[in-house]
Amino acid sequence: MDIVAIAIAAAVVGGTGIFLGFFLGIFGEKFKVEVDEREEAILGVLPGNNCGGCGYAGCSGLAAAIVKGEAPVNQCPVGGAPVASLVGEIMGVAAEEGTRKVAFVKCAGDCEKGKQDYKYSGVEDCAAMAFIPNGGAKSCNYGCLGYGSCVKACPFDAIHIVNGIALVDEEACKACGKCVAACPKNLIELVPYDSKHRVQCNSKDKGKDVMAACSVGCIGCRLCEKNCPQNAVTVTDNVAHIDYEKCTGCGACAEKCPKKIISKAV
Amino acid sequence: MKELLIIAIGSAIVNNVVLSQFLGICPFLGVSKKTETAAGMGGAVIFVITLASFVTGLIYKFILTPCDVQYLQTIVFILVIASLVQFVEMFLRKNMPPLYESLGVYLPLITTNCAVLGVALTNVTKGYGLLEGVVNGLATSVGFFLAIVIMAGIREKIEYNDVPKRFQGTAIVLITASLMSIAFMGFSGMI
Repeated sequence: MDIVAIAIAAAVVGGTGIFLGFFLGIFGEKFKVEVDEREEAILGVLPGNNCGGCGYAGCSGLAAAIVKGEAPVNQCPVGGAPVASLVGEIMGVAAEEGTRKVAFVKCAGDCEKGKQDYKYSGVEDCAAMAFIPNGGAKSCNYGCLGYGSCVKACPFDAIHIVNGIALVDEEACKACGKCVAACPKNLIELVPYDSKHRVQCNSKDKGKDVMAACSVGCIGCRLCEKNCPQNAVTVTDNVAHIDYEKCTGCGACAEKCPKKIISKAV
Repeated sequence: MKELLIIAIGSAIVNNVVLSQFLGICPFLGVSKKTETAAGMGGAVIFVITLASFVTGLIYKFILTPCDVQYLQTIVFILVIASLVQFVEMFLRKNMPPLYESLGVYLPLITTNCAVLGVALTNVTKGYGLLEGVVNGLATSVGFFLAIVIMAGIREKIEYNDVPKRFQGTAIVLITASLMSIAFMGFSGMI
């Protein structure tokens, strides 16, 4: 073995390595991007699931937005109040108390209560139901199809199909909103965790059609609207809506509802 | 000109880097769940491979050949490619933030993409000059882009299908990849 050849090889590889090291080092300094210390600190306290529930591309996106002042410190729906107060500390502002929200499926028409037009066996995906006659086997065209697109979307394993409809595990739900976006029927909304009265129906059909399709559908009778002392309930498109800002939880609507569909899913 | 065209078509379609040379399988399987991200990865790979074939071509011609140490090509190319990717990442982050945002996640992943090294070494073994090497790099990476985007499209459709339990996940993806590979064999008579 020629000692010169070894020396040349060592020199070439070593030289390349040293050159590249210096090259990267120098340009690393030159192209340094100022990253706000607070941004890294905030990223440290955020949950790090990168679920996108805040509306930004992952936790680092939210951290950058908070530092820039584009997002409030309690923007992270997953971390909730504890994370908001930590972020608030870093940013030097008091965290506003955000109300905890949970996802809620506006349908109670499970296998017994909601009728099926025909028996369906095939691809189990809610979005695919748009291509099936009558938008799926379920008689009600607004209700939960129960094929679990929301279940697949949930990063926290907080929503499951129980007896043919989606049911949110409110303790596990972090209100990231993935299921809200995944549901092709727009059935899921974020409601305050402590709200007692929620309308478990989304059907915009007229009362008679609702009755034909499901035994627990909102028939749009407006008894809840008339009986709410706070004017928090309104019936639009034949389905009741509750304004949780106004609702005091008195329960007058739930009591008067002839179909008994204003209550919390159990 | 004609030769360049033959090189381009040959490496992009006939000898597709993923489907007939089996290089760059890792990102091909890993980042092909969504068409969007697959296209992002493909774009980043086109960028890096083209640049890398140029730089490694220069190094081979002006450093390794004069010193008569061509046998060091692998180790030197690895060094160069890794630092090149690092450098490109830093450069983009400073000077082209929008491009960095869109490619950023994929750039570090490319460091470990063997297709990059594969192209650099192929350029040497086939004795391509600088221009031919760059064309070969560009075409190969376009082939990679093609393969990964097609794969992502198929995988999006697979999501909606009732795959038997044992075949779910990577298994069905590998089967799909092999079927694609067979389909691409159809091009082999072209050149």
